[in-house]
Amino acid sequence: MTDVNPQSASRFLDYAPAPESTSILHLKPSYGLFINGEFVDGHGDSFQTISPATEKTIAEISNADSSDVDAAVAAARSAYTRTWSKLSGADRGKYLFRIARLVQERARELAVAESLDNGKPIKESRDVDVPLVAAWFFYYAGWADKLDYAGLGPNPRALGVAAQVIPWNFPLLMLAWKVAPALAAGNTVVIKPAETTPLSALIFAEILQQADLPAGVVNIITGAGDTGEALVNHPDVNKVAFTGSTAVGRAIAKSVAGTGKKVTLELGGKAANIVFDDAPIDQAVEGIVNGIFFNQGHVCCAGSRLLVQENIHDEVVDRLKSRLMTLRLGDPLDKNTDIGAINSREQLERIRELSDIGEKEGADRWTAPCAIPENGFWFAPTIFDNVSTSSTIAREEVFGPVLSVLTFRTPAEAIAKANNTPYGLSAGIWSDKGSKILAVADGLRAGVIWANTFNRFDPASPFGGFKESGYGREGGRHGLAAYLESAGWGSPAAGSTTVSTTRKQASA
Amino acid sequence: MTRLAVPKTYKLYIGGKFPRSESGRTYEVSTKDGAFLANASLASRKDARDAVVAARAAFPGWSAATGYNRGQVLYRIAELLEGRRDQFVDELVATESLTKSAATSQVDTAIDAWIWYAGWADKYVQVAGNANAVSGPYFNMSTPEPTGVVAIVAPQSGNALLGLASVIAPAILTGNTVVVVASQAAPLAAISLAEVLATSDVPGGVVNILTGSPAEIAPWLAGHADVNAIDLAGAELLHWVDLQVIAADTLKRVLAPVNGAPAPSLERVVAFTETKTVWHTKSLI
Repeated sequence: MTDVNPQSASRFLDYAPAPESTSILHLKPSYGLFINGEFVDGHGDSFQTISPATEKTIAEISNADSSDVDAAVAAARSAYTRTWSKLSGADRGKYLFRIARLVQERARELAVAESLDNGKPIKESRDVDVPLVAAWFFYYAGWADKLDYAGLGPNPRALGVAAQVIPWNFPLLMLAWKVAPALAAGNTVVIKPAETTPLSALIFAEILQQADLPAGVVNIITGAGDTGEALVNHPDVNKVAFTGSTAVGRAIAKSVAGTGKKVTLELGGKAANIVFDDAPIDQAVEGIVNGIFFNQGHVCCAGSRLLVQENIHDEVVDRLKSRLMTLRLGDPLDKNTDIGAINSREQLERIRELSDIGEKEGADRWTAPCAIPENGFWFAPTIFDNVSTSSTIAREEVFGPVLSVLTFRTPAEAIAKANNTPYGLSAGIWSDKGSKILAVADGLRAGVIWANTFNRFDPASPFGGFKESGYGREGGRHGLAAYLESAGWGSPAAGSTTVSTTRKQASA
Repeated sequence: MTRLAVPKTYKLYIGGKFPRSESGRTYEVSTKDGAFLANASLASRKDARDAVVAARAAFPGWSAATGYNRGQVLYRIAELLEGRRDQFVDELVATESLTKSAATSQVDTAIDAWIWYAGWADKYVQVAGNANAVSGPYFNMSTPEPTGVVAIVAPQSGNALLGLASVIAPAILTGNTVVVVASQAAPLAAISLAEVLATSDVPGGVVNILTGSPAEIAPWLAGHADVNAIDLAGAELLHWVDLQVIAADTLKRVLAPVNGAPAPSLERVVAFTETKTVWHTKSLI
C-alpha cells in the first residue's frame, strides 16, 4: 500500500459532477394500486417512498390491505379465465414483445426512476438493470408460442394465477424475471414490489397500459410484508414466486405446505469467490470488486466471501485496496458514481451491526477512505481480512458492500470452505487453467458459478440456488417450466406399471 | 418326513450393514389372516440419524460416479431381483396375501421399473440440462446435479416391492443417497430388497432402509438439517402437511403423497436434482 498516496489519488479522481437529469421523469405526487388495468386507491394507510440518497420523499404510495389483495387476485383470476387463457401463444408473445419495446423506448426514464428510488448508481440501472428488463421480456415473448419445447412434453398447461413478491435490490429487473415467464406460459399475475422501491413497477404499470395489455393480466399492488403475506396465502393463487430473505422464504414454504401451490424461492446467499494463484490477477481484482461492490453489495449472489490462495493473499488484498480507493461513492444519479446509497436506514443499520460484530470477532477491518454525504444512507466499501470460517460475517448474509477475506492452500480446501454454508446460490472461480475450473465447478454446491467473471445475468441462463438458497430456477427454459405443469408425456413408461401378461424368459 | 423351516431374521439396513434397532425394539409382522410372520425391527430416532450419517457419507462417492456406472449398478439390481424372482413372489403371496399371479405381476413390474430407471442414469443430464446461448462471450451450460440426501416415506400398502422401486430408483440414479422408511404393515419385502442391494454393486450407505413406524420416524427426517429433500410418496395417511411444514425449516425439496406406487416418470428423477449453471469466460483481454 505504500505506493499509493490517497491524497494524490483523490485529486486525480476529482471529477466534476455529471448528474443525470430527472426532467425525463413524469412522476405523479401519488400512486394507487394497479388492479384490473386501472390505478385505484388502496384501503391501507398510504406510505411514502423516499430517495435513500437524500431522504426526500418521491411520491405517496397506496397500501394494499387484504380486501385489495382479494380484488387483485379476483381481477387476475377473471383475466385468466376470460381473456388470457383463451389467447393464442402467438398473441401472448406479441404483447410481451410490445412490452419489451416500450421498456426500451422509456429506458432512460426507467433508469432514472430506479436510481432515484433505489439508490443504485445510474450507470448500473442504465447499463445493466433496464437493458436486462427489456431482454427478459424479449426472450420470453418468443417462448409464448413454443411451450411444447419447454421440456415438459406436449401441451403443457399454465398454472393459473401467480402471486409474486419481489425485493428492493433490483426492483424492475426482479419484476421482469417474474412477470415475463409467467405471462409467456399463460398465467396471470399479481405482483408486489418491495415497500421501499415501488416506483419503477408503477411506471411499468403505465407501460402495460400503453401496450394495451388486457385488464387484470398483470396487477401491481404496493405495500409491506403483510400485503405480501396476504397475497402469498390467498387461496385462489396457484403459483407463488418469491425473491428475498431466507427467513421469509421459510415462512412462505410453511404457509403453502399442503396447498399444492407451485413454489419458486430465490433466497439468500453467501457466495465464495475463489481466486487461485494462477488467476489473471488484474481481471480477478476487477471481478472481486464487481462481485461484492456492484449494487452496494445488495445482491443475493454477491461474492461476499473472497477465498484467495494463501501465497497470493497479500498481493490480491493490496491491489484490491488500491482499486477500492478509486471508487467514487455518492449521488446515484451522477454518471461517474460507482457506489450509490444503501437502500434504507434499516439495511444500513444491519450492515453496521454485522460489521461491528465482524470487528469484535477478531477480523481486520479496512474501509476505503471516501467522503460520505451528509444526508441519506451510505456505507463505504469495507474489507475484513483474516476472517475465520466460524465468524458471523463469514456465515451470515450482510447484503452490503462488505467483503470477508479468507485463505486456502489447495483446491480441495477451497471447495470445502466454499461449500461450508447452508446457502448454495452462487460462486466464482478465477484461474487460467481450464481443467482446474471445470473440476472445481463440479465440486461446488451452488446453482450459478462464474468462471473468470462474476455477476453476469442473462434471460437465457437459469438462475437459482442449492440448499437453503431456495428452489426452482428463473431464466431460460427452466424458468419457463416453473410456470407450467406437464400434461403428461404419454410415454411407454406409463405402460410399464400395468400388468404384464406375457414375459419372455431370457434364452440363456 | 417334513423339514422344519428356517425363518429369516429381518433387521434394518444402514450403511451397507444389517443392524438391529439400537433401541432393541421389534414389532410383530403378520399375514392378513393374523398368522405370525416375523419380528421386524422398530427403528428409532437414533437409527434414523445413523442412517442419515451413512447416507451423507456415501454421497460424495456415489454422486461422483459416472452415469454409465450408476446405470449399470441399477441394472445389476434388476438382474439380482430377476434371479430371486420366485422368492419375492412367494414372499409377496405370504405377506400381502396376493394371488400368485398378482404377486408375479408386481415383481415383474418392479424389475422393469429398475431397468427403465437404469437407462436414465446416463441420459437425464442431456434431457434436463441445457446449453444456454447468452448475449456475451461466455460458454454457458446448465446441468442437473443430485440434491443430496433424500428421505423417503415408501408407499405403505399393497405395493411393497414395486413401491420401493418406484421411489428409490428415480432418487438414486442421479447420485442422491436415500433413507427409506418402509411400509409399516409390509416391511419384509424392503429388507429382502436390502439383501439384494447388499449383494449387488450398490455402495453401502447409498440406500438405507428403516422398518417401523413412519409416523414416529418421518418427523425426525423431515426436520434433519443434513437431509436435503423428502419424498412423502407413502405419507398419505400421516399428518403429511405437518411434515412439509417441518421440512420448510431447512427448505427441503418436498414431493407430496401419491396414491399407490408412483408410475415411472422423468419428473420424479428431476424432482431431486439441482440445476447448476456455469458461465465460462471465452476470452480475457
